[in-house]
Amino acid sequence: MTVRVQTEDFDAGFEISRLHKNRKDIGAVVSFIGLVRDLNDGDAVSQLTLEHYPGMTEKSLTSIINQAMARWSIKDALIIHRVGTLQPSDQIVLVAVSGAHRGEAFAACEFMMDYLKTEAPFWKKEVTPQGEHWVEAKSADDAARERWIK
Amino acid sequence: MKIKIFYFARLKETLKYSTEDLELPDEPMTILKLKALLAKRSDVWGQMLMGKLKVRAAINHELVDDHAAINHGDEVAFFPPVTGG
Repeated sequence: MTVRVQTEDFDAGFEISRLHKNRKDIGAVVSFIGLVRDLNDGDAVSQLTLEHYPGMTEKSLTSIINQAMARWSIKDALIIHRVGTLQPSDQIVLVAVSGAHRGEAFAACEFMMDYLKTEAPFWKKEVTPQGEHWVEAKSADDAARERWIK
Repeated sequence: MKIKIFYFARLKETLKYSTEDLELPDEPMTILKLKALLAKRSDVWGQMLMGKLKVRAAINHELVDDHAAINHGDEVAFFPPVTGG
C-alpha cells in the first residue's frame, strides 16, 4: 500500500508498474488520474492551489485504502495526491488498484476516488480572471459516495 | 481542559487563525457547543462557524459530527466541505 501527499509531480507509469512488478498473481490494474482543467463551472482557471491538513490527510487516505481492501479482494492499492500550486493540465491525483480480476479492481478504484473526493481533507482554491475563490463542494460528489453505502 | 484547534481553507483565511490553544471550563463539551462558544467572538466568527456555510469538524484527525464529545488534550479542526481529487 502506498499513500503520498507531495508538491512534486509523479510518474504515473512508474507508480502503476510498482503495483504489479515481479508478481504473477495480478491479472488487472485499474488507475485514475485527476488533472487540472482550464475551465470549471464556467470560469477560466489559470492556477489552482491545494491546501490540506497534514497528518489527517495521510490517515484519511490510508483508511480509504483499508476500507477498499476489506471490501474487495484486491492485492494492492496506491494514492498519490499533490498539494501546493498547480497549473491547467497538471496532474493532481493518482489512484490505482491491482487485483486478480478487473471487476473488483474497477469497483475498488471508483470507491476510493469517491471517498477521497468527500472525506480526504484537501481544499482547492482557483485563480480566475475575476480573482481567487475557494472551490465549492459538489452534491454530485456526495451522491457518488452514497452509492457505496448499503 | 486544554485543547488545540486548527482552521483550514476559507475559515483560516477569513478568521485569520490557523491554529490556537484554548483553555475551556471542565464541563462536557461537544463540537456544537465549541462552535457556539467561538461564534460569540465576533460577527465574522458567528458567520463562519454558525452561519449558512457548511462547516465540517474533526477530532484527532477523524471526521465527526456536531454531537461528538471533546476531551482534554484533543486536537480539533474546523474546515469547509472538502474539495480534493
